[in-house]
Amino acid sequence: MAERDMIEVKGLRVVAGAAPGPVTEIVKGVDFSVKKGEVLALIGESGSGKTTIALSLLGYARAGCAISGGSVRVGEVEVLSLDAKGRRALRARTVAYVAQSASAGFNPARTIMDQVIEPALLHRLMSKEAASAKAIGLFRSLALPAPETIGERYPHQVSGGQLQRLMAAMALITDPAVVVFDEPTTALDVTTQIEVLAAFKKVIRELGTTAVYVSHDLAVVAQMADRIVVLNGGAVKENGAVAQVLDAPVDAYTRQLLAATRRPEAVLTLPQNLGKHVPPLLEIRGLSAGYGRIDRQGAPAVRVLDDVSLSIPRGSTLGVIGESGSGKTTLARVVAGLVDRARGEVLFNGEPLNAQISRRTPEQYRQIQIVFQNADTALNPSHSIADILGRPLAFYHHLRGSAAKKRMLDLLDLVKLPASIATRTPAGLSGGQKQRVNLARALAAEPALILCDEVTSALDTVVGAAILDLLAELRRELGVSYMFISHDISTVRAICDEVIVLYAGHRVEAGQREVLAAPPYHPYTGLLVDSVPALKPGWLDARRDIVATALPAMGESADIAELCSFRARCPVRIDGKCNVTPPSLKKLPSGAEILCHHPAAELNRLQTVEATPA
Amino acid sequence: MMSQPTNPHHVPHAGTELYDVRRDELVVEPAPVEVAPLKQGVFKRLVHRFSVLGLIGLLMVAFWLLVAFIGPLVAPYKGGALTSTEIFGRYSAAYPLGTDYLGRDMLSRILYGARYTVGLALAAAVLASVIGTFFGLLAAVSGRVVDEILSRLFDALISIPSKVLALVVIAAFGSSIPMLTTVAAAAYIPGAFRISRSLAVNVMSLEYVQVARARGEGIFYIARVEVLPNMIHPMLADFGLRFVFIVLLLSGLSFLGLGVQPPNADWGSLVRENIGGLSEGAPAVLMPAIAIATLTIGMNLLIDNLRRRSRKHGGA
Repeated sequence: MAERDMIEVKGLRVVAGAAPGPVTEIVKGVDFSVKKGEVLALIGESGSGKTTIALSLLGYARAGCAISGGSVRVGEVEVLSLDAKGRRALRARTVAYVAQSASAGFNPARTIMDQVIEPALLHRLMSKEAASAKAIGLFRSLALPAPETIGERYPHQVSGGQLQRLMAAMALITDPAVVVFDEPTTALDVTTQIEVLAAFKKVIRELGTTAVYVSHDLAVVAQMADRIVVLNGGAVKENGAVAQVLDAPVDAYTRQLLAATRRPEAVLTLPQNLGKHVPPLLEIRGLSAGYGRIDRQGAPAVRVLDDVSLSIPRGSTLGVIGESGSGKTTLARVVAGLVDRARGEVLFNGEPLNAQISRRTPEQYRQIQIVFQNADTALNPSHSIADILGRPLAFYHHLRGSAAKKRMLDLLDLVKLPASIATRTPAGLSGGQKQRVNLARALAAEPALILCDEVTSALDTVVGAAILDLLAELRRELGVSYMFISHDISTVRAICDEVIVLYAGHRVEAGQREVLAAPPYHPYTGLLVDSVPALKPGWLDARRDIVATALPAMGESADIAELCSFRARCPVRIDGKCNVTPPSLKKLPSGAEILCHHPAAELNRLQTVEATPA
Repeated sequence: MMSQPTNPHHVPHAGTELYDVRRDELVVEPAPVEVAPLKQGVFKRLVHRFSVLGLIGLLMVAFWLLVAFIGPLVAPYKGGALTSTEIFGRYSAAYPLGTDYLGRDMLSRILYGARYTVGLALAAAVLASVIGTFFGLLAAVSGRVVDEILSRLFDALISIPSKVLALVVIAAFGSSIPMLTTVAAAAYIPGAFRISRSLAVNVMSLEYVQVARARGEGIFYIARVEVLPNMIHPMLADFGLRFVFIVLLLSGLSFLGLGVQPPNADWGSLVRENIGGLSEGAPAVLMPAIAIATLTIGMNLLIDNLRRRSRKHGGA
């Protein structure tokens, strides 16, 4: 009996739609099993049925879906044969669930502690005092700051990564035999993701919990799981140990997934030098911008960008990297004219670009196009694809009738979409198709510069890789320039010639793409680079030792706005320097410019030591 | 009330018409045939998408709209004609819905009154919704100054109780059809403005509107092409609600004697002038009340259905 698997799923089938209407099978006979104390990863793109399968472990099917066949056994319980009361008991003690969005999972009106211990109190498993004591223990294991008092706070008073860990504490409070993690780090920044993953891994190991980890990110899964089940279209493509799936994949789909993750760096033909006198396509000097009321000095109440400078030569691609809140999207919006700037100059083709969008020339409108991250909200749901693409053609090029139709079909062809989708509305397209339409709309203007705001972030790995290939191809064929905004270093590396790194609105580093490849770099760039999970098991464990080291002590900061914005998190900060004097611009041997007090040689020494832990 | 003798020779329309309302609630199938030819394609699709309750609402509203148009043509007697010596008469073959306090045929009174109630309310509701939506959109797409001015203006209007305003205006200027329409519309414009503005502000923050702005589109294009189609469904639902409120407001005004003036009468006035028959349980007070109730209930069923649909389809 002891050797029996903890979870056993056999021939699981889930259908969408009720019996009289059309029924679609979304999970087509899935088998897998998980041993006690093992972590199994379910991996696949959206629509592959991974979340549906994970939820069936709780005996739950989302509204509109029904479990139509197969068996699910957790421990000694046949989950699918339980009645409503039995399922409630199952969810109380045996299986717990950690959802993707922790901010949506917490009630903002109650303290965290109340909510973390709620499952235990609701099912009368322990007293309030015992549950609170246990929760504090869990907070400590999850490496949360101030474990004794964090429970007294409200959800909006902790960060996203902390909230995700608190959600795990909520799931673990009842000592469940199995925990289901449903994409728990997908919505987080890379630097935060690392902390959360490390905390999850530690607590799973300490408690010996059996876990099912749902993700679309192979590199993350490689750190967390013992075994991987690769899903596609509701069926199991491959099921094996992590090392086997990563190193010797059997299935063609797994190989495709791996190829999309391990993108080779694109061989970029550096933009031909058109002579020194040609001004760059876009040049920004000392830009400051923000939101809210403008004060007497002309600075907005909330400063999002502070003294940012950059330039994009014609035909090249600039990557803008930073975590959420670093001001990257605002940067694109300022260039597009959607956000007013407080200070600084924006030159387009050597001519100043008016801050007010209404005062720009039609030619400037046409040459700068913006592509937003979320194609769901970037396409008007009440227009057909033909209308969406037809408008810029009519607006900029005065194309109508058959000429417009021909051009529209050309555009669809350019982004590799079939002509037949022209009559559909965005609701009838998949995420990747919508993003292509989104791109095609920008291309319809025949722009010189496309501002790409996280265009691949909302897409699956394979689809995202295809969009990146498309962008590179369009650039070769049409000679457009991109400002490519992303939080994902590997994406930026794959497509960009030059890179700037933003932190809290400051440009902390700027240089060629190669600056991301090896130290020395700005301490924040270093943190970003080190936080991208590598596609090999054990990477996280090696990395954790580095994270664990405490930050050097630093005294009170002087009241100067220009101080290094990264000093609060910097692992190599210097007391008496970083908190007193603003950093000056330094040039590294690689040609990159950074804002830091450390000389290049010193950074190189520090970061090389970091990368190879003893 | 139940023992209604239908004499097909004498009052062919009356019997069928009242029956229709009831029968529609039970039998859904045959009815669309008589309405469908109006707008074949659109209507067929609508009918397919509606639930049974929505269809019932649709039929009730369509029935009263039809009555508003052809009511006087099919009425057995002239609208204000004194036809019987019996006041507050019961249901009879000659007077299917009885007679009123002067001995007039109640059925004819209701058929004539439908024109005032439905027509006036419809005109006022269309006016209120169109004007409210226009200003709401304008406030949302224009700059902050225009938005502030419009919003505060309509806030000021909202702060005046609509019924009291209507009473004062009508007492001052006298009651006429255009005046009643204007007053009813004015009372409900601020509400329509508020709703359309908040809907439009939500849509304005979406990225496709940002794309249109970055493309260099003017505010009227953005309002008309990008924003309006995505808020039209909630606005239609709101229109339906407003229509019902206006029917009730007009009926209320008529009940107070400030609405449509005698000898013409909308349904509200019919209830008021026959209120004396209430103690006898006269059909003369019951029937106009039922007419008001079926119209408002029908409209509400229709709206609920529209709203559910628009939520499901996300304005698509």
